[in-house]
Amino acid sequence: MDAILLQVLNGLDKGSAYALIALGLTLIFGTLGVVNFAHGALFMIGAFCAVTLQKILNLSSITIDPTQTDFLGNPLKVKTPYVINWFGEVAGSAIINWSVPLAILVAIPVMLAVGYVMERGLIKHFYKRPHADQILVTFGLAIVLQEIIKANYGANPIPTPAPDAFHGSYDFGVMIGFEANAIIYPVWRLIYFCFSALVIGAVFAFLRFTTFGMVVRAGMADRETVGLLGINIDKRFTIMFGIAAAVAGLAGVMYTPINSPNYHMGMDFLVLSFVVVVVGGMGSLPGAVLAGFLLGVLESFASMNAVKGFFEAIYLPSIDQIVIYLVAIIVLLTRPRGLLGRKGVMEE
Amino acid sequence: MSKSNFTRRGLLKTGAVAGAGLAVPTVFDGSVWAGSHSGYRNAPQGDTVTFGFNVPQSGPYADEGADELRAYKLAVEHLNGEGDGGCLSTFSSQALNGAGVLGKKVAYVTGDTQTKSDAARASAKSMIEKDGAIMITGGSSSGVAIAVQGLCQEAGVVFMAGLTHSNDTTGKDKKANGFRHFFNGYMSGAALAPVLKGAYGSDRRAYHLTADYTWGWTQQESIQAATEAVGWQTVNNVLTPLATTDFSSYIAPVLNSGADVLVLNHYGGNMVNSLTNAVQFGLRDKMVNGKQFEIVVPLYSELMAKGAGANIEGVYGSTNWSWTLQDAGTKAFVKSFGTKYGFPPSNAAQTVYAQTLLYADAAERAGTFNPCGIAEALEDFNFDGLGNGPTFYRGSDHQCFKDVLVMQGKTDPANEYDALEIVEVTPRAQVEYAVDHPMFAGGDLGSCNPGA
Repeated sequence: MDAILLQVLNGLDKGSAYALIALGLTLIFGTLGVVNFAHGALFMIGAFCAVTLQKILNLSSITIDPTQTDFLGNPLKVKTPYVINWFGEVAGSAIINWSVPLAILVAIPVMLAVGYVMERGLIKHFYKRPHADQILVTFGLAIVLQEIIKANYGANPIPTPAPDAFHGSYDFGVMIGFEANAIIYPVWRLIYFCFSALVIGAVFAFLRFTTFGMVVRAGMADRETVGLLGINIDKRFTIMFGIAAAVAGLAGVMYTPINSPNYHMGMDFLVLSFVVVVVGGMGSLPGAVLAGFLLGVLESFASMNAVKGFFEAIYLPSIDQIVIYLVAIIVLLTRPRGLLGRKGVMEE
Repeated sequence: MSKSNFTRRGLLKTGAVAGAGLAVPTVFDGSVWAGSHSGYRNAPQGDTVTFGFNVPQSGPYADEGADELRAYKLAVEHLNGEGDGGCLSTFSSQALNGAGVLGKKVAYVTGDTQTKSDAARASAKSMIEKDGAIMITGGSSSGVAIAVQGLCQEAGVVFMAGLTHSNDTTGKDKKANGFRHFFNGYMSGAALAPVLKGAYGSDRRAYHLTADYTWGWTQQESIQAATEAVGWQTVNNVLTPLATTDFSSYIAPVLNSGADVLVLNHYGGNMVNSLTNAVQFGLRDKMVNGKQFEIVVPLYSELMAKGAGANIEGVYGSTNWSWTLQDAGTKAFVKSFGTKYGFPPSNAAQTVYAQTLLYADAAERAGTFNPCGIAEALEDFNFDGLGNGPTFYRGSDHQCFKDVLVMQGKTDPANEYDALEIVEVTPRAQVEYAVDHPMFAGGDLGSCNPGA
């Protein structure tokens, strides 16, 4: 039982990342009708906002310590971060230690700007082109972005830890009546799940309860009629592209303590996120969230030794590698529009 | 379609070498090859000879590939008499003098393996066929090394492997034209197990997570056998897909498996992520079976240790070499590399530097670039002064035997290059094995192919 609950937690945690990326992806598809293969790159750029802030906060003054030597026997150059020089040891170290949460404040404007520039500068020229063209140009853009990151930050993962206050694990089992240490779960992963729920809730509330959101939803349903009412729907959709980029970026920032970011992390999530969007129903925001969590949980269960053993016995080895695609096939065969896809949406 | 590469001349020369070898089995006499710059693939005709450096320049191991390329360029400089000469002065052979190799300046071409077997074979093929590379070297993956080694055997050029740690490279997939300086999974297990026993006791239960490809399989088999030999039990071995980035669903079952040690048979990004995830799940803070839970990473890389950050503190592993060694060869190489590039070299860089010098030295001693002459010069060759202490290139499988380093993640590293410290230099005798050892069984070294 405790093993199952652990995998449920794992699944919800994985699903959080899938849902956040897929939410932005389906938002762009639902508003602009663009299949954005650069969306994974936006997740990666968000993560590198955290890396960049960490590097900036660690910019250091150099002093020579003649009493020590480096690996070549030269006097040692001692680095002291400027923030420590300016704010003192305690405050300076605390600022560096909290670089990931602080990066959220940096990432929001940066990602909004990146989304705006990407949409106005490139993607708007492909609105009337076939989906194949959109896929090619956005996929190309994704490769360019990841190569830029690799050229500047290298190919190795860069450790970007969470603040010390969030290190370690939380004994989740005790809270629900299990014995101590039966179900322990990393604190930061629990925070990631709560953060995702908050962002998803905020996006839904923004679309549901603001005038801007209502216009966007109306535009998603019938773009032409909204335009005939004298509303500049294109401008609003551009802003939605920026918001979708910010959502992906925030998902990336908060993911950095879970796995050290590298230039390829966006591509690792991209294909899975597309499967999530398709399973949830193209253009359906609740569908993307539901499918994100569902596939995250299924993927986690498929990694359990007992489950793998069962499927191996019925000649389906490595079920953990194929479960998501298997489920996608089954869902699309039984519900071709996905779990929450509606008739007529994106079917012209 | 297959094509025989035998020629009458090649056969006669090979036969002559075999005859000489039988007559004087322990002393290599290169005079039989002297001055022969024909009768083999890509025999150099001008005043230069071209080496092919096939390293990952893109993909997840691009940084490791970049470090290898730095070491290769340094080796070429030293061979051509530029720079400070590096290990030419410490290398016991003393056949190289900085005047090129066999009177020819060394030139090089590079290829990008992308850490993909097909891409690596394509780039090696291109360097051999279009650029006339006499020798191919490099790589950061066993899958790639085995694929390229096979290609070089067919093409008739020598392959000096870079970073490849699978037992299979010089086991079931060994080839007469292929040579490995780097250590292997068996050696890691043999070096690590006694240290682990000393640190954690003999009553331990290990849970293995293993990368699902040739290196992972042989590494796991080796460390399992070695730890069971010192009394440990193996609870489970779970194969993880190479593309996995989040290992949480594989680590969660470890918590309640009864295991008190987690062995991560992962390398590169897999290692960074699985170790980070394991530490996040609080494994190292747990007490199981009345003992502190421990994590072991059998193969370390300095570049990946940087990626794992503080998570490697106290974690045991092994490496082929470390820039912190104090022998003359290491000091000479670290000084050259550090002065040129500003930071210490990785053990991937050291192995490719050593391989380049070993190839050049073999050519110089053989008096030819003919792969069969090179092979004869390298087989059963004893040398020292390249950083690993006294080393033996065994002729029967083309594997180098030398001391192995057991490393531990430092608790308070002085800088980003100081993440690992040497716990023990395991003597060569402890990591040696018979050529027909079951973990290396199968395959056939075959005979050298001069390619013409």
